[in-house]
Amino acid sequence: MPQAASSEVAAAVAEAHRREWAFVLAATVRVTGDIDAAEEAVQDAYASALSTWGPRGIPKNPGAWLTVAARRRALDMHRRAATAQRALPKLLEPEEYLPDDADLEPEDIPDDRLRLIFTCCHPALAPDAQVAMTLRLLCGLSTADVARAFLVPEATIAARITRAKKKIAAARIPYRVPAAAELRERLDGVLSVVYLLYTTGHTAPSGQDLMRRDLAERGHELARMLRVLLPDDGDVAGLLALVLLTDARSGARVDEQRELVLLENQDRSRWDRRAIAEGLALLREALKLRPPGRFALMAAIAAVHDESASWSDTDWLEILGLYDLLVEKWPSPVVKLNRAIALGFAVGYAEGLAELDALGTEPQLARYPYLAAARADFLARLGRSDDARTAFEEALILTENDTERRYLQTRLSELTG
Amino acid sequence: MTKMSKYLVLIFQDEAVTPQAEGESISASYQEFMQRRNGSLLNGAALQPASTATSVRRNGTGGFSVTDGPFAESKETLGGYFLIEAGDLDEALEIAKEVPAGVGVEVRPVRVVS
Repeated sequence: MPQAASSEVAAAVAEAHRREWAFVLAATVRVTGDIDAAEEAVQDAYASALSTWGPRGIPKNPGAWLTVAARRRALDMHRRAATAQRALPKLLEPEEYLPDDADLEPEDIPDDRLRLIFTCCHPALAPDAQVAMTLRLLCGLSTADVARAFLVPEATIAARITRAKKKIAAARIPYRVPAAAELRERLDGVLSVVYLLYTTGHTAPSGQDLMRRDLAERGHELARMLRVLLPDDGDVAGLLALVLLTDARSGARVDEQRELVLLENQDRSRWDRRAIAEGLALLREALKLRPPGRFALMAAIAAVHDESASWSDTDWLEILGLYDLLVEKWPSPVVKLNRAIALGFAVGYAEGLAELDALGTEPQLARYPYLAAARADFLARLGRSDDARTAFEEALILTENDTERRYLQTRLSELTG
Repeated sequence: MTKMSKYLVLIFQDEAVTPQAEGESISASYQEFMQRRNGSLLNGAALQPASTATSVRRNGTGGFSVTDGPFAESKETLGGYFLIEAGDLDEALEIAKEVPAGVGVEVRPVRVVS
């Protein structure tokens, strides 16, 4: 292999970190059977890549190089620990192992990442911990990065991850893909974690910007990884379709001043046609599943918007029909709220408003800003300015995202009468 | 040969709904479960109702305070337990799901003293 410049090496290691972390870690955990030891070995492998890829050249398959290096490092650490335990004098410094391209073991490596994600998303772990573990172990984010992603103190995330790792070891949460009989149920939990990561990034619950691109991208990457690992699963296809069909519009959701632009006013020429085409193909596959899963139904709703030439061309009756199916499958208050909005556009604002008012008793929606915002919008469209004003003010109190807050303030100031 | 772990399966029930009859024999559903999972069950027992419980706490000055009632007051009370052996948590949960318990069960790994 030819020598490489240090800037090239740094870029290659950074790229390998982003793309291969889960692959390398997952393959190493299988050898160590211990997540902590594997993480340490993988970190060492990345460090040794930084120092050796320069003089020895960048390997053709960085992931495999790193995997071999991490596994050797793990075995080495294990041997040293065993030696220390036997209280024997250390006679030799273990030689440094450096793999080359010939060392690759193709085996069942895709399965390793599946094992890792099913372990991270095991229902015996708290939901918060599932998300933190997935970001840490599958995406390779540092504890500090995970903390920044969820705007909580680093110590909180560190404690959450430590507790989860302790439980994995003490309760012996297995490192394996669940048996066929249980796969469906368990996969749903995995898909929910990935979807949560994506939606948290798509519209940040708080902060200055509407979106958290970093989180949305991690969710996107994880959905894609699952698709590679489970190419025949309709729900996985549905989730990736949903992510693609939603993400395709993200470039048009804010204007140059980073202000919110509603779907109604978006410049549709800025939508990502390639993402839409890929999402539509996946959606067709996901809809073969009978009955279609919740992600496929949500993707189908996104597809109706993506395929409409304009807001006024939108087939709201079809969207309403899809929401009816979705409510049957997944009767959450948020889904009912979205159905009520679709009803408003499909049938009439007054009918939509009546449904929204009925949802006012849902305890889960009591602090949800979008119920007040949707009521405010319909009241404004119906010309009931005083009531709309009250509803916008309520939404403003509940919203913690600065971009959404500015949008609501603008709408409030535009009310007349 | 997989290394086996021990788990305590704590059985919770709602006493208001299912008062324990005096001297009640083991129900048919429990007998069936115990036969089916015989190989994994190490030990187990049903408990007298929570109203018969007595709590013993350290009083902080070297002595004890003894009071009537269970340690933690809740609507669901501990009704019995099984000590089981399983290869990992998933296997333990499979067994736990088969326990014909009223409210549900809690699965706790038994600490291994090294």
